Amino acid sequence: MNTLVDLDVALEHFDPVIGLEVHVELSTATKMFSPAPNPAASLEDFAPNTAISPVCLGLPGSLPVVNAEAVRSSIALGLALGCEIRPTSRFARKNYFYPDLAKNYQISQFDEPIAHDGVVEVELDDQSVWSVEIERAHMEEDAGKLTHVGGDTGRIQGAEYSLVDYNRAGVPLVEIVTRPIAGAGEKAPQLARAYVQTIKDIVISLGVSQARMERGNLRCDANVSLMPKGASEWGTRTETKNVNSFRSIERAVIYEIRRQATLLMAGTPIVQETRHWHEDTGQTSPGRPKSDADDYRYFPEPDLLPVSPDPDWVEEIRQSLPETPSVRRRRLREAWQLAETDFRALINADLLDVVEETINQGTTAASAKKWWLGELSRIANDREVLATSLLSPAQVVELDSHISQGTINDKMAREVLLAMVDGEGTAAEIIDARGLAVVSDDGALRAAIDEALKAQPDVLEKIREGKVQAAGAIIGQVMKALGGQADAQRVRELILEQATQA
Amino acid sequence: MSEIHRLSALDLQGLLQSGEVSATEVTQAFMDRIAAVEPVLNAFVHINEGALAEAQKIDSARAQGENLPATAGLPLGVKDVLCTVGMPTTAGSRILEGWHPPYDATVVKKYRDAGMVALGKTNMDEFAMGSSTEHSAYGPTTNPWDTERVPGGSGGGSAAAVGAFEAPIALGSDTGGSIRQPAALTGTVGMKPTYGGVSRYGVIALASSLDQVGPVARSVADAALLHDVIAGHDPHDSTSIPDAWPSMLEAALRQGAEPDLRGVRLGRVTQLDTEGFQPGVRSRFAELLELASAHGAEIIDVDCPHFDYAVAAYYLILPAEASSNLAKYDSVRFGMRTTPANGQVTVEDVMAATREAGFGDEVKRRIILGTYALSAGYYDAYYGSAQQVRTLIQGDFQRAFEQVDALITPSAPTTAFKLGEQLDNPLTMYANDLTTIPANLAGVPGLSLPIGLAPEDGLPVGAQLMAPAFQDQRLYSVGAALEALMIQRDGSTLSALVPEPGQPRAGVVQ
Repeated sequence: MNTLVDLDVALEHFDPVIGLEVHVELSTATKMFSPAPNPAASLEDFAPNTAISPVCLGLPGSLPVVNAEAVRSSIALGLALGCEIRPTSRFARKNYFYPDLAKNYQISQFDEPIAHDGVVEVELDDQSVWSVEIERAHMEEDAGKLTHVGGDTGRIQGAEYSLVDYNRAGVPLVEIVTRPIAGAGEKAPQLARAYVQTIKDIVISLGVSQARMERGNLRCDANVSLMPKGASEWGTRTETKNVNSFRSIERAVIYEIRRQATLLMAGTPIVQETRHWHEDTGQTSPGRPKSDADDYRYFPEPDLLPVSPDPDWVEEIRQSLPETPSVRRRRLREAWQLAETDFRALINADLLDVVEETINQGTTAASAKKWWLGELSRIANDREVLATSLLSPAQVVELDSHISQGTINDKMAREVLLAMVDGEGTAAEIIDARGLAVVSDDGALRAAIDEALKAQPDVLEKIREGKVQAAGAIIGQVMKALGGQADAQRVRELILEQATQA
Repeated sequence: MSEIHRLSALDLQGLLQSGEVSATEVTQAFMDRIAAVEPVLNAFVHINEGALAEAQKIDSARAQGENLPATAGLPLGVKDVLCTVGMPTTAGSRILEGWHPPYDATVVKKYRDAGMVALGKTNMDEFAMGSSTEHSAYGPTTNPWDTERVPGGSGGGSAAAVGAFEAPIALGSDTGGSIRQPAALTGTVGMKPTYGGVSRYGVIALASSLDQVGPVARSVADAALLHDVIAGHDPHDSTSIPDAWPSMLEAALRQGAEPDLRGVRLGRVTQLDTEGFQPGVRSRFAELLELASAHGAEIIDVDCPHFDYAVAAYYLILPAEASSNLAKYDSVRFGMRTTPANGQVTVEDVMAATREAGFGDEVKRRIILGTYALSAGYYDAYYGSAQQVRTLIQGDFQRAFEQVDALITPSAPTTAFKLGEQLDNPLTMYANDLTTIPANLAGVPGLSLPIGLAPEDGLPVGAQLMAPAFQDQRLYSVGAALEALMIQRDGSTLSALVPEPGQPRAGVVQ
């Protein structure tokens, strides 16, 4: 938009308060309340209306049955978010009419969410940690998907007709709601993004969801309001939907801060509404007016019994939880002592696990990083595959051991690596087959040095004068003469030795 | 032997098993009877065209020496609230006219597996909302005893069909009395099982926490026979009871042979036998209590004070749940679709136009009432309070069953009223369920059996027995005993006295 105030101007006048609702589609085999296959369990695409049952379609006479695996996943997720698990929780009907909602009510949880009062540690780019309070996490079912046909934008406005696909109807969801996050100031947009990334990491580490935002396995609604600096009452909030990537979350929050600031500074009140994020234009537009008094006429779901998980079972789930990703990352960062940019790069390239495994099997952190982030990533990019598909940690360890033993040098190791990737065998086999070995025999080296010196006799003189770098030319010659298999370090030592001797 | 269509289910079962009569003959006999009587009765909304073929299959299987279930070849009527593959399922509504479900209700699967042959779908008040079957979109059903009168509702079709010998047994559903009250008005037996005793999967829902499917028959033993076929746990229904049930038929037959009420404590609910009831109903009821007492039963007066609030609580809970259950009838996935004639046609317009055209007045009334009762700001005052009253009523039952083995009440405050008589006043209509509603609110089982004709009008009167939850078999044993004692006293069952529909009944009995 043309005349929105800049973000820093907005932040001078207002404190942003954000609230995030994340919906996670669980990857159980079947749906939340029906035996139909769960499309969110895999990366497959189902033809429309093929993953359905009478229950998903809300046919007369159909009844829901709770998916026990979904309850387990929800409990695990609640625990991983630091929540209390309710000893007994009920499902409730959320009643509203919309064609993607087969029964025209959604089975959800209202005043008895299965998990509540948790906290999630979110790490920002500058490594500061923010504690985000979780108000609740509850179980519910997803709605179907509408496709609007005939309009320009693919949205309902201007469409001729709509098609509805119920494959997604009934997919198990966990809805995670944060408490309002105040005081983040300029970090609010980044915090929003980082929070959702953290949720994704947690969910993936638990193995309860595919967690792909682009496939809708992870959806985020961002609530934003502005509080004038010095005021104590929160402003009116808007809810922004259709935010389909981490980057969009940050951009949408920034946009809403700017938009609301612009309005408020012009004396225009904010309308409490649901807004729609547009990735292409980088703006939000109004959806339907939202009121907290949207009357869903909640009442306890009479077709289902309360969920009362056995306390021993909950404890067993708690014991089986993996370390949270943020805690783990902190631990590894400490242990590895890599440059921050390198560590970040490993995280972003999804190489943390494989590097950890490589180190566990015997290399140093620096070596593991070097191979995975360096050569293997380069080869992977060229071939458009994942680095982890090229070699196993064990293979990298084997290769690395030959370097540390001095059998080969770095340059040769690169050649061996490539050969290993192409399946020619183990490092030892390749070194053998190709006759690669560092020439470390002093005699051979001295001979080569002498040869090289014949062509450049003044090098020794230069070195004596203090121009040690002159040795480089000789080293280069020797390397060339020995097909790159000289131990460059040793060659240099010998040259310097010779220089000082004569 | 009597005409086939006048035989009991138990007798028919025996003849079918022995081969004296074939399933085809039996089915044909009922089809003929239906053809003869339907024009006057309108008990069926759909006749099963495949019935004879199904019967023939049973006959050839039997001829080939296959091992068949005991009930193979027995025909039955099926209330149109149950999803049946191959026959339309309308719930008595225009909005589901011609809808063919793609799946069978669990109880339908059960009777199919039991080799039973559905004669057709029986008429009902729309979406089971009513006490007279006058709210059916397919015309009212008449009472075989007097075709100017109602058969009761919502399951008037099943009750009239069984009462008029169009079927030996039938399936009904009961949310506030829809099996028991029509049974009383038509001189038949109707039973509502303990909530959760019979699967609700495939039963078009009215009020999820109140609905139950149950048998309709002309004798307690026949009702028990059908009950055994349909009862049991269903993994598709989360509210269905996991435990196995004892045989209801055994319970009924034991007592039917040698009725013995010694040691049985029967509780007369004082709130449900009052001056507001028709005198003839009260006098027949009193005679029944005397009969029971004379044969060893101890009659104890029991006070259930919160029963006075039962109808009020019910008419908040039911509409609330129904308003949500009926939201699915929106033209989008199945059923009727009405496109408004004017202007912009959004999905909301089509949904609204369809529901306006497809639902009858009583359904609309209850949806509006229920939506209101659940609204923000009103939930606590209405739905919330009603559920609390429900707990109090459950408490009344618990205390009562500490003193007695079964409760006994009239099944309805009056005999069958005339068609059209109560249509103008919904509240009057609601009062018909006074005695039957408490059992649904508490989830306890209730059975209605015929106890005589009211002297002033010669129309059937029924009495209702109620037992603690899970004690359904007690109703069959006490019911069978009372039935046997009445046969001894009166010389025949009431159902044998029913006139040919359209004919005047035997006059007013003094």
